[in-house]
Amino acid sequence: MTKAQHFEWLLSLADDALILGQRLSEWCGHAPALEEDIALSNVALDLIGQSRAILTHAGLLEGEGRDEDRLAFFRSDREYRNLLLVELPNGHFGDTIARQFFFDQFAMIRYGHLAQQTFDLEIAAIATKALKEVRYHAAHSAEWMIRLGDGTDLSKTRIQESVDRLWPYIGECFEAHPILDAAITSGAMPDCKSIELTWKERVSAVLAEATLILPTDDWKQVGGRNGLHTEHLSYLLAEMQAVPRLHPDAKW
Amino acid sequence: MVTDPVAEVTRCLYDVMDPEIPFLNVMEMGMVREVVQDGDVIVIRITPTYSGCPATDVIAEDVLAAAKVIYPNSRTEIVRTPAWTTDWIGEEARLKMEKHGIAPPTGQSADKAFLLGKGRITPCPRCKSTDTHLVSAFGSTACKAHFKCNACREPFDHFKCI
Repeated sequence: MTKAQHFEWLLSLADDALILGQRLSEWCGHAPALEEDIALSNVALDLIGQSRAILTHAGLLEGEGRDEDRLAFFRSDREYRNLLLVELPNGHFGDTIARQFFFDQFAMIRYGHLAQQTFDLEIAAIATKALKEVRYHAAHSAEWMIRLGDGTDLSKTRIQESVDRLWPYIGECFEAHPILDAAITSGAMPDCKSIELTWKERVSAVLAEATLILPTDDWKQVGGRNGLHTEHLSYLLAEMQAVPRLHPDAKW
Repeated sequence: MVTDPVAEVTRCLYDVMDPEIPFLNVMEMGMVREVVQDGDVIVIRITPTYSGCPATDVIAEDVLAAAKVIYPNSRTEIVRTPAWTTDWIGEEARLKMEKHGIAPPTGQSADKAFLLGKGRITPCPRCKSTDTHLVSAFGSTACKAHFKCNACREPFDHFKCI
């Protein structure tokens, strides 16, 4: 894996966490119950913390003097490598939970492998810590899927709609991409197919308990890893980056 | 005159408190992994607790400021391996937590039963009843879960086992 490929791969990992963390933080002060407000904000904090560590590592590897802030606040949407799934608007609480459930299961498998690989030891260390956190996130989102799916007729209908609506964005998690290919060849990442198989197995088990149906349609919307995003990312970045871009030399 | 900088810097770190759990110092929390001398520099190696813990930056600054009073040529370094675990919190610190109304982490982090709050008893730090339930796995800080005691009806924080 060349340095450029390594750097891009690290960005894909960091950007998934950063964008979802930023998106989730919109719930702070707005969630349907205090406990959920705290839970979603806690998850957001963990994700942003994970992305900070990965971005710092990526910046050092690149060797161009870009630190975590430079990489987070001074890249445009075209330079972001995150999945489309994580940039989608929060929707209602069920939409957020369904997205979180799908992502947590994916992140848990991915971090599980990253913690074991020896190609990039800094990422292994970050992943070991992140995995402990993501296990909590995954337990939380899976519990909600069951509670909403196996709840009232209304909650079941609405959470099933959330699952169906998000489904076209799931395929991208397991889509082969040049950014990932080099990492897979180096043993830093498991191949996409094996992540998908494990993911489907775990997700199906929870959805069965939640009495929900896993869609079978395999059409997928991709583009995030190429920097081709939905318009939602631009608005998110505008809000996240406005102050540092207006005052680039400000000291915090 | 500082004769043994490693020992003296280490000693001063017992006065640096965790900003979110102000009755515990960073040594009790197991956050300072080692203090070593590298030439004429004293290096303090710190392990972050949670990736997103906002206290980590403050703690690193406080540690450095305290060390510099003793030995100006000190610096801190973040080490991630091995990852921080509540297993490093000592017995005395656990008792202090309980005294301040926080149920300390129970058992070893390797036991996954803690995740769903099932199959594990978290006693109430106030009335010591074992009849308690998990309200939310996410509490007032990244490191705590929110519990309620069914006996005395008081809510309380539980320091999560990770």
